[in-house]
Amino acid sequence: MAKLILEKPKGFCDSYERKPGDHGTTHYCPGCGHGNIHKLLAEAVEDLGIQDRTIIISPVGCSVFVYYYFATGNIQVAHGRAPAVATALKRANPHAIVVSYQGDGDLAAIGGNNILQAANRGEHITVIFVNNAIYGMTGGQLAPTSLLGMKTATTPYGRDLLNEGPPMKVVELLSSLDGPTYLERQAIMGNKYIARARKALRNALQCQIDGKGFSMVEILSACPSGWKVDPTDSYAWMEKNMLPHFQLGVTKDVRAEREPFFRTFKTLSAAEIVEQLDLAVPEPKHFPSKLQKTGYGDPSIKLAGFGGQGILSAGAMLANAGMEQGLQTSWIPSYGPEMRGGTAYCFVNLSERPIGSPTVSHPDVLMAFNRPSLEKFEPDVKPGGLLMYDSTIIDVKPKRGDIEILAVPATQMADDLGNTRMANTIMVGVYVAHTGIMSPAAIEQTLPLAIKRKNLVDANKKALRAGVDFAATL
Amino acid sequence: MSRILEEAITVVSAEHCKGCGLCVQACPQAVLALMSSFNSKGYHPAHYVGEGCTGCGMCFYACPEPAAITVYKKGAEYPDQEGR
Ligand SMILES: Cc1ncc(C[n+]2csc(CCOP(=O)(O)OP(=O)(O)O)c2C)c(N)n1
Ligand code: SF4
Ligand SMILES: [Mg+2]
Repeated sequence: MAKLILEKPKGFCDSYERKPGDHGTTHYCPGCGHGNIHKLLAEAVEDLGIQDRTIIISPVGCSVFVYYYFATGNIQVAHGRAPAVATALKRANPHAIVVSYQGDGDLAAIGGNNILQAANRGEHITVIFVNNAIYGMTGGQLAPTSLLGMKTATTPYGRDLLNEGPPMKVVELLSSLDGPTYLERQAIMGNKYIARARKALRNALQCQIDGKGFSMVEILSACPSGWKVDPTDSYAWMEKNMLPHFQLGVTKDVRAEREPFFRTFKTLSAAEIVEQLDLAVPEPKHFPSKLQKTGYGDPSIKLAGFGGQGILSAGAMLANAGMEQGLQTSWIPSYGPEMRGGTAYCFVNLSERPIGSPTVSHPDVLMAFNRPSLEKFEPDVKPGGLLMYDSTIIDVKPKRGDIEILAVPATQMADDLGNTRMANTIMVGVYVAHTGIMSPAAIEQTLPLAIKRKNLVDANKKALRAGVDFAATL
Repeated sequence: MSRILEEAITVVSAEHCKGCGLCVQACPQAVLALMSSFNSKGYHPAHYVGEGCTGCGMCFYACPEPAAITVYKKGAEYPDQEGR
């Protein structure tokens, strides 16, 4: 039954908590088509009974504040990336009705590839594409959809076919793909057009509700500020300038051919997640005793060597075990593009207190696994700090007299155990045992997290013990 | 107090109106107009001239502001206010 009262739809929030003093109006310019489109969307969300499961994505552009207005789920995303976020939202919440609200700069310029891929995949989302032929928010620059001859901030002499090409026809473009289900272009351009846009938007949402796949409505929409016309002249402007290029109507509709599809979503228990991600730690987790000796607390550690020496894994061993010990930890890798032989660094912080910056430029502890790293980073070690180096392969001696220096023949020791690549674990063993920063048992328990090849875990436990034994001889 | 309307009424909230004039343009009966006075934001808000509304709702959809226009059709329950 037709409503007897047409009033602010329930899809809107009662109060817009954006600016103090005015919780009742939007931030849009007078006569801006975004407002009309919001109203049609809010009304449709209410009428279709989907308010409690709708998520609307706010783009970058004048509609960046969509989330202030809609009493639905909301998320604001990076410029042009709404279709990617919509994909994730829909796949993780198959029951949600996901609406990607985007302007023409957002969708057709910076986000051009995002929309193409989402449409081509036939994502079960609904895109509302507000084409006002301009970047409204930033002050009226050329959009891919700006019209030939149109003067914008970046085309002061007008869009030129030979310079900027013709305006992009997005629904036609997407219609050439097999993925999408429902594509239509309409306009906010006066009573009869608004009624058609209203219908198109509802069809697009219904398409998603019915599990039929990707739907999008392109809506031609006035930007009186960007076009520099009065709101009451904007419809005539659209009729004269936009309609000849952007034909209205349905460009693709295969709803009848599409089988309804509703993705089922498997919910995993915590235990199953641990199992699937192979995160299981075999034995009891916490190691309450912190065997900390004075002088070695809260270290910032730099590990450096060649790619392939296990620098990142050694850092991960410390960080994983640190977490088990209840320490604040950070681990940041830094490496070149080569799989082997390039430089590999990593920074680890272990601290009783929250960690400010995860990067380490002046370490308390430097573990140098090759000569270039020793030469490069020795000067950076804090006075009173600790320098450990692999004396098997580093044939020079450190020079500093104001730091503690440990020469560890790690590669030789690893070779004696049958695999030179375990020098990293040996170094870690020496470090934890010598400093008492944490229990070697914590490293041992968490080794499987850092060592990806499971058949190497036991050998590395031996290497760890060899390191601990070595520390006892120092 | 409320009453059941025998004639449709359009109510414009002067404080929500930005004076864009799209409702005036949309109204087939030409019963909306911009006021010569200002609202607190400096706009000339629209208002209903008092009679002739058919309740078609064109102004409601033409208006970009969510809360600026309410259209009560014939038969609707209308919340009567003092001084209207
Ligand atoms: C990564 C990035 N690049 C550029 C910008 C600047 N920027 C903000 S809005 C905008 C264009 C918005 O145009 P459109 O999507 O057409 O929205 P409208 O304002 O016209 O509704 C640009 C380029 C930004 N915020 N982020
Ligand atoms: S600049 Fe254009 S798109 Fe942005 S709010 Fe104003 S009229 Fe709307
Ligand atoms: Mg735009």
